[in-house]
Amino acid sequence: MSRKNNEGYKTFVNGFWRDHPIFGMVLGICSALAISNRVENAIAMGAGVTFVLVATALIISPLRSMIPLRARIITFMIVISTFVIIVDKFLKAFFPTISTAIGPYVGLIITNCIIMGRAEAFYTQNKPGISIIDAIANGLSYTYTLVIIAAVREVLGFGTLMGFRVTPTGWTNWVVMSMAPGAFFLLSIFIWLTRTIAKIESP
Amino acid sequence: MVYLLTIFFAAIFTHNVALTYLLGMCPFISLSRNLKTATGMAGAVIFVVTMTAAINWPIYHLVLVPSGSELIYYITFIVVIAASVQLVEMLMERFFPSLQAAFGIFLPLITVNCTVLAISLFMVLREYNFIQTMFFAVGSAIGWMLAIVMVAAINEKLELIGDIPKGYRGAAIIMVISGIIALSFLGFSGMLRIQ
Repeated sequence: MSRKNNEGYKTFVNGFWRDHPIFGMVLGICSALAISNRVENAIAMGAGVTFVLVATALIISPLRSMIPLRARIITFMIVISTFVIIVDKFLKAFFPTISTAIGPYVGLIITNCIIMGRAEAFYTQNKPGISIIDAIANGLSYTYTLVIIAAVREVLGFGTLMGFRVTPTGWTNWVVMSMAPGAFFLLSIFIWLTRTIAKIESP
Repeated sequence: MVYLLTIFFAAIFTHNVALTYLLGMCPFISLSRNLKTATGMAGAVIFVVTMTAAINWPIYHLVLVPSGSELIYYITFIVVIAASVQLVEMLMERFFPSLQAAFGIFLPLITVNCTVLAISLFMVLREYNFIQTMFFAVGSAIGWMLAIVMVAAINEKLELIGDIPKGYRGAAIIMVISGIIALSFLGFSGMLRIQ
């Protein structure tokens, strides 16, 4: 195995577990809380964010020496929002029900700090290949976190999983799980568990 | 007039941006460890949200809609937000150095605060007119301030006396506090009705 492969592997593991965007760096919390009420929404959101991350890495990383330092934030914003428009139109055209369910939160992918954070910290300093690996790792770890939380919230809050009824008859929905407080409590439990397993100390 | 006040109070209590729509959570989690920083950030948010909503409404309704280019409103809004934040930062540095010291450091962070963009998007989605947009923007920003200040105040006391499990320190305990406050804000739901 060459050194390059090792580096790629290390970047992937870092993004996927050690520097996990949600419990490690506490980024992208807005959408992680707001979208995780149903599994299908979580998958759509995760796929959207992963797509935008990869596309941003693909654009920003080759151009990293040409972007002036003072104008970099606005450059990132324009690149990111272009791809978010594509995601928004794609969801509207092919998955109209999901598009109405997550509504304005698609547009808010623009301000998802994971994308800005990775662009600032990684894509401006690394070659395109490794940046794309990092983008995929971060996108996947964001997606699996959302899906795990959404699976718990959907079963408890609506009694369904991916739209199919999984709870026995006579089950009372925990309505609070489908609302904001449930999101807060579940994500905090998730962060606690993963931080304890990964032995991450709070900064 | 009654409808305007309804929008205003609904934005603070029943449809709170932070506790109902879960927006602006990144700065919410990272800055609510200390009451003073929380208040500074909240002041900057109120200012920027109001200003950008006031700029974005005419741009959307007088430029983008007549020219049929609603497609690019995400880009337009985010560029307006980033540019006006930069401008305010520069003006403040030049003319109000004391204000700059109080909340200038939060201004660059605001561009990625989802509250700011969300208010502009909601304004389009709910088809508010200009006056309604202003009441909605100020109300939402005050609601966000209310939430972050409450959480920061509780968290500050809790860190002094509480014996929090290791993995729970920092982000996770702030989410528990926010969850409890969000639960109590559910008590307001149904009091006011907006679209």
